Amino acid sequence: MRVNLTVNGRPQEADDVWEGESLLYVLRERMGLPGSKNACEQGECGSCTVRLDGVPVCSCLVAAGQAEGREVVTVEGLAEYARQRAAGRTPGAPEARAGESASLDAARRWQAGGTDSQTGENIELAPIQQAFLDAGAVQCGFCTPGLLVAADEMLERNPDPADEDIREALSGNLCRCTGYEKIMDAVRLAAARRSEGATT
Amino acid sequence: MTATGAPTGLTQGSRTKGGIGESTLRPDGVLKVTGEFAYASDMWHEDMLWGQILRSTVAHAEIVSVDTGEALATPGVYAVMTYDDLPTDVRHYGLEIRDTPVLAHGKVRHHGEPVAIVAADHPETARRAAAKIKVEYRELPLVTDEASATAPDAVLVHEHRTDRHAPHVPHPNIVHRQPIVRGDAGAAAGRADVIVTGDYHFGMQDQAFLGPESGLAVPGEDGGVDLYVATQWLHSDLRQIAPVLGLPEDKVRMTLSGVGGAFGGREDLSMQIHACLLALRTGKPVKIVYNRFESFFGHVHRHPARLHYEHGATRDGRLTHVKCRIVLDGGAYASASPAVVGNAASLSVGPYVCEDVDIEALALYSNNPPCGAMRGFGAVQACFAYEAQMDKVAKELGLDPVEFRRINAMEQGTPMPTGQPVDSPAPVAELLRRVKAMPMPPERQWESSRGADVRQLPGGLSNTTHGEGVVRGVGYAVGIKNVGFSEGFDDYSTARVRLEVAGGRPLVTVHTAMAEVGQGGVTVHAQIARTELGVAEVVIRPADTRVGSAGSTSASRQTYVTGGAVKHACELVRERVLETGRRKLGSHHPAWATAELLLEGGKVVTDGGEVLADLADVLEDEAVEAEEEWRHRPTEPFDPRTGQGNGHVQYSFAAHRAVVEVDTELGLVKVIELACAQDVGKALNPLSVVGQIQGGTVQGLGIAVMEEIVVDPVTAKVGNPSFTDYLLPTILDTPALPVDVLELADDHAPYGLRGVGEAPTLSSTPAVLAAVRDATGLALDRTPVRPEHLTGTASQDPPGGARNVTSSAPPGASAKSRSARGT
Amino acid sequence: MDFLRPASWEEALAAKAEHPTAVPIAGGTDVMVEINFDHRRPEYLMDLNRIADLTEWEVGADSVRLGASVPYTGIMEHLSTDLPGLALASHTVASPQIRNRGGVGGNLGTASPAGDAHPALLAAGAEVEAESVRGRRLIPIDAFYTGVKRNALEPDELIRAVHVKRAGGPQQFSKVGTRNAMVIAVCAFGLALHPGTRTVRTGIGSAAPTPIRATAAEEFLNAALEEGGFWDNGKIITPSAVKRFADLCAAACDPIDDVRGTAAYRRHAVGVMARRTLTWTWESYRGARRTTEGAA
Repeated sequence: MRVNLTVNGRPQEADDVWEGESLLYVLRERMGLPGSKNACEQGECGSCTVRLDGVPVCSCLVAAGQAEGREVVTVEGLAEYARQRAAGRTPGAPEARAGESASLDAARRWQAGGTDSQTGENIELAPIQQAFLDAGAVQCGFCTPGLLVAADEMLERNPDPADEDIREALSGNLCRCTGYEKIMDAVRLAAARRSEGATT
Repeated sequence: MTATGAPTGLTQGSRTKGGIGESTLRPDGVLKVTGEFAYASDMWHEDMLWGQILRSTVAHAEIVSVDTGEALATPGVYAVMTYDDLPTDVRHYGLEIRDTPVLAHGKVRHHGEPVAIVAADHPETARRAAAKIKVEYRELPLVTDEASATAPDAVLVHEHRTDRHAPHVPHPNIVHRQPIVRGDAGAAAGRADVIVTGDYHFGMQDQAFLGPESGLAVPGEDGGVDLYVATQWLHSDLRQIAPVLGLPEDKVRMTLSGVGGAFGGREDLSMQIHACLLALRTGKPVKIVYNRFESFFGHVHRHPARLHYEHGATRDGRLTHVKCRIVLDGGAYASASPAVVGNAASLSVGPYVCEDVDIEALALYSNNPPCGAMRGFGAVQACFAYEAQMDKVAKELGLDPVEFRRINAMEQGTPMPTGQPVDSPAPVAELLRRVKAMPMPPERQWESSRGADVRQLPGGLSNTTHGEGVVRGVGYAVGIKNVGFSEGFDDYSTARVRLEVAGGRPLVTVHTAMAEVGQGGVTVHAQIARTELGVAEVVIRPADTRVGSAGSTSASRQTYVTGGAVKHACELVRERVLETGRRKLGSHHPAWATAELLLEGGKVVTDGGEVLADLADVLEDEAVEAEEEWRHRPTEPFDPRTGQGNGHVQYSFAAHRAVVEVDTELGLVKVIELACAQDVGKALNPLSVVGQIQGGTVQGLGIAVMEEIVVDPVTAKVGNPSFTDYLLPTILDTPALPVDVLELADDHAPYGLRGVGEAPTLSSTPAVLAAVRDATGLALDRTPVRPEHLTGTASQDPPGGARNVTSSAPPGASAKSRSARGT
Repeated sequence: MDFLRPASWEEALAAKAEHPTAVPIAGGTDVMVEINFDHRRPEYLMDLNRIADLTEWEVGADSVRLGASVPYTGIMEHLSTDLPGLALASHTVASPQIRNRGGVGGNLGTASPAGDAHPALLAAGAEVEAESVRGRRLIPIDAFYTGVKRNALEPDELIRAVHVKRAGGPQQFSKVGTRNAMVIAVCAFGLALHPGTRTVRTGIGSAAPTPIRATAAEEFLNAALEEGGFWDNGKIITPSAVKRFADLCAAACDPIDDVRGTAAYRRHAVGVMARRTLTWTWESYRGARRTTEGAA
């Protein structure tokens, strides 16, 4: 079957979709957006978290056909989404940057990062992405995309969360590397920077 | 963070920004937060096929027949392969013992063993085709524990063994056995005022890395194959893959793709050979991605263990002797079992002084899931038991458990049970002192004016208590782990470092085959290069087999060994650059000949800070490159009868204090705080070091209270192969994790560093268990401790083994697990 | 496999009549797991997401008509006053992502004994609004669960809504899992005080082949409360009565041993949760009474 949806502000179309395919599979394998991760495919780990019409969901549990005509934001579009939100525009509007297909070159790509890739300077990141880098919240990084989408949405709703609010909001996102402490640090950091930004 | 001790080793200092000792950020970080980092499962190729594996539905059976006809006839299917289709006579692989069939031949030895593989144009087509393969099994008796393994009429899991351990094991169903005898434990027992025994059971843990096993094999025009894969050790994979394919190693070109965690679970092969076979058979790229269900069958787990201990002590709190017997279940194939046995035996006493020991550790072959490497292997199981024993002895003596440990704590120079003296700092007492001195978390943090915050209580969001039944407990533990590969293994790494001037700016390129699995090795390599070569811009090349082996990303060894190799290669490059400088520019300034010269800020400077030349002027168009193997000090095998020998190169130590609150009525545990103190020798990247300690700590927490692969003792089938029923700690199960890092240099190691990754996983589990014992007063001899163990409602059989068990589904077939969310 | 996308409820009923084997999918949190793990290959998947009124609710005089697809997050945020037990239960469902998609209709359709909504529905009192092209009927919740993962729906019927009695008194929900979040129930317990009828209702999850009420325990407690005049005098219920109630709740269970827990533990834990939830709700009832009296 054919499925049409908007991903990171850009209309997308997928053909020959098998009826049992998940939105996650369509994003990863048909639209060249592998940022959403396939760690459990049973809604237990949150690494495939995307926003579906603004709401964080596990894309592995959304049938592709259910996404017909809907708006999806993935980690690849998070920076643009945050930028538009900060500018007071409705996020998800066209022009958002879509990710590229993961080719074999991608395996070799990260060597090219140079200084920018270490600091994020000169690369536009959402505040939550920068906070994850700065706080050391990324190790293997497989849980990171889902955590970023979930944490960004939580801060949108609750800009000044208590620790337990952070823990509750992220309780659907498993991480096996960090023990979560630096993820807590990252979210606290993003919240603090945001409130500093708001007062200055 | 506290730092004491001085960095050692020859280094030219770290005045260039981003060098060692700084918390520089990951070079792969931006790609990871933008979703662009290419993990193995993200690989894509025009015209690629999808591979699917058919796995056994029973644990031990003869294969009577395999019929692939219907599967092959399925539209969209390009290939179906079984054992009979393998291209060469090499049809087995293994880390040390090549006992694992690429595809089952004649029999299957465990639930979920690969029997056939399929390639098709869509994963669903491949799954449907695999389901059409008809395999007829004739079930065989099962070996599931020590009794059934060593019974006089026991079925042999592997007949006709020829491996190097076969001659010395007491039974062919024992993979390897290592005794250690030192002093006279029997006589020493006579001096003991108290003798305490205990029997302990350690459950089977899964690495549960989040990125499932995956890879992409692309057939080459030269008849070779390019394999992009997530692994821990490219060259070990290569050594096992190439002979099965019948290809020389240079025709199997491996590139590390993004690795979503490892923790030991990627040390063995999973889909590598299968993808290559299908790619070579079909002439098309083949991608294989396990789902979570398959992942539980697709890699080895942490060995479950039964441990028997006897400790003796005098009234004044000194250990007289330790006797122990550790039986590890290695499952159907050997994997890393021999090394696990060596670690369990040699580290079985823990970081304590004890001259008289009688130790035996062994690993079984059984029809349970194969077990192998996982973070801290061998040492983790032992630490759980010996620390429980230390608490028991302290209680018997009426001593504070930390004080009792302090009295017996080893220090630099203390001989191990193997006779090997610990030849670098062993601050065991100091680590315990530090965790004990940390401020305690306040009581009843869950209480507020608005009532109880269930998120901070046992049971969490499930709303089981508002404070009723909740009792606090505190527990301590300390552990010792060896760093690096031991027992005479030639444990080396290779680094290629290149320095050149590009666009007028000096640039360093570091190329190793080290598997970056999340630990941050790539960050550290760049830091080392900046420190050693004084150049800000460092490029880390992707790991592949175009450079020599880096050894495994395991055993806490990569910063030590591959870090050491990078440092060594940088030193060679530096020497050559200075040599070039002297040759070209020596006549311009006398200091070229007389002063100690450094590379700093892209310039050659004297140790007094005088600039002699720009690297651009020294190098011009020339690139200086060095590729070298680097080794740590050699180790030697343990004597097969006495266990004596200098088997390890370095040890690392960590201590934990756990504070828990237990709902004693419901048996639910909330860990309130899990504090750690660890000696890291030298923190090359403090942020990464703390991240490793916290991550390792929480994996230990998982073993303590929730993580266990449940294997049915009657059928040897896995009962919970999913994240619904194999529970990992969530962020709401995880407490504050304060870390105190001690830096006492090991003079034998690069920069004085000490391997970090594993030690925190050892002591975390027994500390939590001790705290739960403290809260409940229960003896608790198994881990994980489940609610039924805390409430006297455990069944006779272990969970999953009881009557009325909800049976597990075979891989690929329908399951009965009860999903229950509602849609 | 065919993917059916009815645009309206009427279309959905027609499709279900034509294809009774069609599996309805709304939040997808059960169905997609089964598809992803190759446990289920339905001939037809029928997407209900395009039927907007399934995500709506109406608060009536006596009950709330809750659309089958109202996500758990919505129940937590908007219905914690009218349906406090169900709101508490919703908060224990899996993770925020799952709560954003899953709803009570799916829980009822799957009818797993471990479904989190069931004990709350049993305790509150509810009717399931089922409909087919043949007509509409209300199935009392007590008659809805007919076996392990079986319910009273006919093959051509779909769940449109559930009518849950508005709370007339305090309600509680507790669930035991071996993790502090995102866990399937080892067992669960719901309790609702109904001061209007002077009755107590219960619901037990994951401790019998179906969700059940502890009817003997309810009858005992109803009698004990009546006899002691507790509803009027608002005294603390005698500990022996609380214990007897808890024991009877435990005795109502018919659990099994499985990888999530032992039968003995489930029975024990249901008793503890029964005691605690009764204590919490009764304290709340007494507190409310005092406030009312103080105001009067």
